[in-house]
Amino acid sequence: MATNRARASLRRLFAVATKEVRQLSRDRVTFGMIVGVPMLQIVLFGYAINFDVRNLATVVQDEANTSMSREFIAQLKATQVVHVSYTTNSSDELARLMREGRASMAVVIPKDFERRLQSDTRPVVQILVDGSQPSLAGVAGGIAAMPVLARHGQGPYAGGKRMTPRRIEIRTLYNPEKRTAVQIVPALIGVILSMTMVLFTSGAIVRERERGNLELLIATPLGRLELMVGKLLPYVVIGLIQTTLIMIVGSALFNVPVVGNLANLYAATLMFIAATLGLGLFVSTLAQTQFQAFQLAFVTLLPSILLSGFMFPFEGMPVVAQWIAQVLPLTHFNVIIRGIMLRGADLPEVWPQLAKLAVFLTVMLAIAVARFKKRLD
Amino acid sequence: MNGDSSIGGGGTAISARQLTRKFGDKVAVDHIDLDIPSGRIYGFLGPNGSGKSTTLRMLCGMLLPSEGHAEVFGLSVVKDAEAIRRRLGYMPQKFSLWEDLTCDENLRFIADLYGLEGDVEARIAAARGTYNLDELRRQRAGTMSGGQKQRLALAAATLHEPELLLLDEPTSAVDPQSRRDFWDGLFQLADAGATILVSTHYMDEAERCHGLAILAEGRLVAEGTPRALMNGVEADIYEIEGADGSEAPKLVRALPWVHGVTQLGIRLRVLVKRGENDAESRLRALLAQHGIAGSIARTTASLEDVFVVATRPDKRGH
Repeated sequence: MATNRARASLRRLFAVATKEVRQLSRDRVTFGMIVGVPMLQIVLFGYAINFDVRNLATVVQDEANTSMSREFIAQLKATQVVHVSYTTNSSDELARLMREGRASMAVVIPKDFERRLQSDTRPVVQILVDGSQPSLAGVAGGIAAMPVLARHGQGPYAGGKRMTPRRIEIRTLYNPEKRTAVQIVPALIGVILSMTMVLFTSGAIVRERERGNLELLIATPLGRLELMVGKLLPYVVIGLIQTTLIMIVGSALFNVPVVGNLANLYAATLMFIAATLGLGLFVSTLAQTQFQAFQLAFVTLLPSILLSGFMFPFEGMPVVAQWIAQVLPLTHFNVIIRGIMLRGADLPEVWPQLAKLAVFLTVMLAIAVARFKKRLD
Repeated sequence: MNGDSSIGGGGTAISARQLTRKFGDKVAVDHIDLDIPSGRIYGFLGPNGSGKSTTLRMLCGMLLPSEGHAEVFGLSVVKDAEAIRRRLGYMPQKFSLWEDLTCDENLRFIADLYGLEGDVEARIAAARGTYNLDELRRQRAGTMSGGQKQRLALAAATLHEPELLLLDEPTSAVDPQSRRDFWDGLFQLADAGATILVSTHYMDEAERCHGLAILAEGRLVAEGTPRALMNGVEADIYEIEGADGSEAPKLVRALPWVHGVTQLGIRLRVLVKRGENDAESRLRALLAQHGIAGSIARTTASLEDVFVVATRPDKRGH
């Protein structure tokens, strides 16, 4: 009896899922969006959003002109942040190049470079940065933080025995080349899934309502949970397809590695997809028309993109924004996906975030099912 | 069926007491009592906005009554809505199957929702045969004609062989021949034991029902077999012939003891208050007075006459 009931329930659930897939496959626009949106986003974001500064036109005034100063310049070049466009011996020419904007940065190595390195308390090198370009100011900080340039030249240089290249290089863990794409692509999985999943599902129930199908559906023995889960099932699969697509494109176009275990990655993504779909369903029960549903979907999307740490560092946000971010599934997924994809983290290491996603999913689904009445009023 | 006055049928399929539904201030259904016997075709006749759809929706548990209660198969439409749904087929006014699915896909989906057992394909094939859908198997519902859609909708609503079928203006977008075929189908279902509750605003359809309730502004204003309703109409009917094109309709309508005047071609149908003395001679005198030629004859009431009398503004009370 109980198994019969469960079988009938599963049959209804899969009937809804099958119907949904059939309708999707016949709706060319939506079908195109499944593949088109991720492709467009990844190419746009991957190429357009560039947080790193590279190949800065730089003028170098090397007054020391020793093997050690030349090696220092070579190290600067190796960071690829600096591109030595000019060398000069004249302070006037250096100032002119900066003023005319032909160089964004200037490096001045004083005559007593080696002496300063060993013992002096004075700065070893002076770096001039064009402060009118906002993103460059950060670079100055980055380079100034290099130990060799610190006011108190300590460490290996203090002995002056050997130039240790390790001390000069700008080394960023997990993204040694400091490429934005490596940071962006994993987070893009979350952003694209948020976008498409919420958008697709938010319309799911509303569409049946708008087309008048709901009136028939609620006259049948179809249960609320069966309807909800049946509607979500196809989108879970679509979400996994999109994830795969993003990883392939990310790897092909931007060389973004997948360090972690693929099974872990898919398991975590599955959790996130479910959470996002839950949100979409909830939106679906709030809206009366598909247009309203899309608007509501965008309302949830914007904070996700802005507050989740995708665009701006989470740490720099006001406390209230951090609270809001805590409620957004994307915030937690960003931690998970960067952990697994770039640092090779295992599931237990990201389990607090996974647990938060599970709670989010449960709450959303519960609200959606409770809000969806098998009635018209 | 035993003649004129009894609807007949088995036990009671639907009963409602003081069933009421309000939307805000608007009373859509106003304290309706119903007793609908099983195995019969029962009609709701009324103009748009008279509460037909709202009543049907309350009976299948889609809308909650604001007041009163209703039972279907002895089960409460509020508490036992799910149990009722399994035994009920509902066909909404608007085509509600999926337009981007084919005939077969729609039927298959419905079969799964109702958990049809046994040879499901055979049952779908049988339904296709009954409703003449064999040529439309792979055609998407959205591309079908009004009559085809309606056959598909009825096939879907009856696929699980429900004991009760609720049809909300099923023939409103259908040509006359399809309507006739449709009604033949309904009688077959009723003969097989199903109770059918159908709303309509077509008089000819209403006349084919075993029993009929006339609704106006949410109130049940008349109920009975079509014949009993026509016999019991509170009016005497006269027809004036040959007075077309004259002042006659205006003059007659102005008489205080006339309920209504309808022009049918060259004939004027006059509904006179029942029991009005010498109505015929007084009408004749009126025409003569204005020099209008025309013959006057008494005739029997039609269902439309019943409808006009029952929905007269002064009948509606409050």
